[in-house]
Amino acid sequence: MHNNKYLQEEIIRISGVNPSKCMRCGKCSATCPAYDEMEYHPHQFVNMVECGDIEPLLNSKSLYKCLSCFACIDRCPRGVQPAKVVEAVRLTAIRKQGANHLTADMVPEIVDEDTPQQLLVSAFRKYTK
Amino acid sequence: MQRVGVFVCWCGSNIAGTVDVEAVSEALKSEPGVVFSTNYQYMCSQAGQDMIKQAVKEHNLTGIVVCSCSPRMHEATFRKTAAAAGLNPYMVEIANIREQCSWVHKDMLTGTEKAIILGKAAIAKVNLNAPLIPGESPVTKRALVIGGGIAGIQTALDIADAGFPVDIVEKKPTIGGKMAQLDKTFPTLDCAACILTPKMVDVAQNEKIRIFSYSEVTEVSGFVGNFEVTIKKNARYVKEDICTGCGACVEKCPMKRIPNEFNLGMDNRPAIYIPFAQAVPKVATIDPNACNMLKNGKCGVCSKVCAAGAIDYTQKDEYINEKYGAIVVATGFNPISMDKFDEFAYNQSKDVITSLEFERLTNAAGPSAGKLLRPSDGKHPHTIVFVQCVGSRCESCAEKGKEYCSKICCMYTAKHAMLTRDKYPDTEVYVFYIDVRTPGKNFDEFYRRAVEEYGVKYIKGMVGKVVPEGDKLKVQASDLIANKQLHIDADLVVLAAAIEPDKSARPLATMLTASMDTNDFFTEAHPKLRPVESPTAGVFLSGACQGPKDIPETVSQAGAAASKVIGLLAKDKLTGNPCVANSNELMCNGCSSCANVCPYGAITYEDKEFRMPDRTTKIRRVASVNPAVCQGCGACTVACPSGAMDLKGFANLQIMAEVDAICK
Repeated sequence: MHNNKYLQEEIIRISGVNPSKCMRCGKCSATCPAYDEMEYHPHQFVNMVECGDIEPLLNSKSLYKCLSCFACIDRCPRGVQPAKVVEAVRLTAIRKQGANHLTADMVPEIVDEDTPQQLLVSAFRKYTK
Repeated sequence: MQRVGVFVCWCGSNIAGTVDVEAVSEALKSEPGVVFSTNYQYMCSQAGQDMIKQAVKEHNLTGIVVCSCSPRMHEATFRKTAAAAGLNPYMVEIANIREQCSWVHKDMLTGTEKAIILGKAAIAKVNLNAPLIPGESPVTKRALVIGGGIAGIQTALDIADAGFPVDIVEKKPTIGGKMAQLDKTFPTLDCAACILTPKMVDVAQNEKIRIFSYSEVTEVSGFVGNFEVTIKKNARYVKEDICTGCGACVEKCPMKRIPNEFNLGMDNRPAIYIPFAQAVPKVATIDPNACNMLKNGKCGVCSKVCAAGAIDYTQKDEYINEKYGAIVVATGFNPISMDKFDEFAYNQSKDVITSLEFERLTNAAGPSAGKLLRPSDGKHPHTIVFVQCVGSRCESCAEKGKEYCSKICCMYTAKHAMLTRDKYPDTEVYVFYIDVRTPGKNFDEFYRRAVEEYGVKYIKGMVGKVVPEGDKLKVQASDLIANKQLHIDADLVVLAAAIEPDKSARPLATMLTASMDTNDFFTEAHPKLRPVESPTAGVFLSGACQGPKDIPETVSQAGAAASKVIGLLAKDKLTGNPCVANSNELMCNGCSSCANVCPYGAITYEDKEFRMPDRTTKIRRVASVNPAVCQGCGACTVACPSGAMDLKGFANLQIMAEVDAICK
């Protein structure tokens, strides 16, 4: 198993989650509506981050299958918050590819009058360093 | 001036690992009064104690300071050592340099510095110590057991067996507790009623045991050996001594649709009821919230059909005062409420039930006469899903569940699963588990038998959600070993709900001044060495009120608590604690502040004649402390505005000397 200490610490820092609180009950995966779409399931995200096995997660499509519905956060008996781990890995993937993914000049192209302003704000937050 | 000896303990590496014991004993050598100072690996060992005795003789010591663990651990040990060396045992002071020093510090320098300061404080105190002689108090040779489940029953039987009278106070109309509701008991599958009801009959027939059923403890005062307790006997509107338990009233009562608590509300009972056939005492009880006669003055059928004339609508709650030497708490447990676990649809479907409800469903005396039928439509379920750890081992959701493992669920679920497969082989049984915990005699063998011989499907993983759809329950769960998400169409879902202490435990703990943990389980005096005693003298613990327990464990703890009670009641007199309050009559102005704060009622006032400087006499009102009742809590010394009240062994002067030594 590949242990990437730097990325592991980074993900733990971004998510604010302590993966060692997990008692491996799998309730997060059991409750996940996107389970069948995923190669790695919520409990595996937690477990792999705990082991520092980050690369496969970064390269997996599973990252983008999570709906951020937070059912796993609601039901986890140990308060581990798996969705935050998934989000942190996602952010790591986005940031790792370098540079800004959204600049101000790109906005007119993608925006129409139905786009809520909040979407732009959160998109800037997420895709711009 | 005292001649003080200082003994610094290493406690192996417990103290010596973070405290330079050599430096401590050296530094304390030059303190006022100290004539001898040394250190040793284990002061509490025979060799260490002999070293103290030797030093007392050689150096003519009058006071001893032991720098070691908490006084709760070994103060008694070192007092005995001092007594054996001919010193008054209250000339010993302990400086706690383990729990309050070496265990909380990592750095040798700070640890050593603090140990020296703690030692100095103890020396300053011992210099002001005076020999104390404890008083004696009598023992009331009667025990009270609060709670009439299997724990209370076993404790009462064992105490009565030794010849002491026992009273059981049970808030329900019958004794028997949770065990009376169970069907079979693991791991030997004896029928719960078959092994419990003979014990209940033994209790009823034992001349030494009185049962106060449908009663509760409302007030406790006094202290070990001399408790005074008020018991409220709730009006059951039936004369207990006349009722024969024939059940004619139960049959004829027109108010028949009251949810039956004994069957967890899965069927109904009348307003006048006997909880179950083998109830002890077998006496009817009228539910005042349901009885039309008591509510509206109309009906009276039960009194007409009662051949014995036992019905009494005018009965009032009765208060009984009794003295006891010892009190045993056996208040037991309840499953937690499933209301907050929406994901399991407990409140949406009748076919999602708790394990205790499952016990009633499979019990021959239960709502379905022992046939396993779905509560919703009375059909036989073909697929049953058991969910473990519902509300147990929860960390984040403290308001939802409990942090601890409820301990009994793994085994009773294995039992339920096995019995279902045995009786109804056409039923698919799934058990979703996080861990299977079976540390008991023949426990793991039992669980493996469920899997290997009875074909119960154990799946590692938790159920995520249960959704009622038509007459099915859609169960979504993960199989962590196969790395698959499962969708099961179940007919019945059984939740292994966490267990919690009975709600009556907390107010009772306040009455008894017995300590509890954050989960409301009673705390034992020592987790390993005094597991059935409360830190409050004379209060003992039996059964699940102290922590989750199965029946074998409960019965052994009940016996252990009984033996502790017998040991106490066998004594004619108890040696008291000499560290009690006393009032300096010359300074007391009779203001009553002390009597107002005393939780034990130990302080009274008397008018006393005093000779004045001009040779006249004057009568003044002054406080006087009953040393047998005083527990030495010290509340009065703080409340006294004139400084007249003082605590022997912890005098104001001694405490100030300690503070001075620390601040120097």
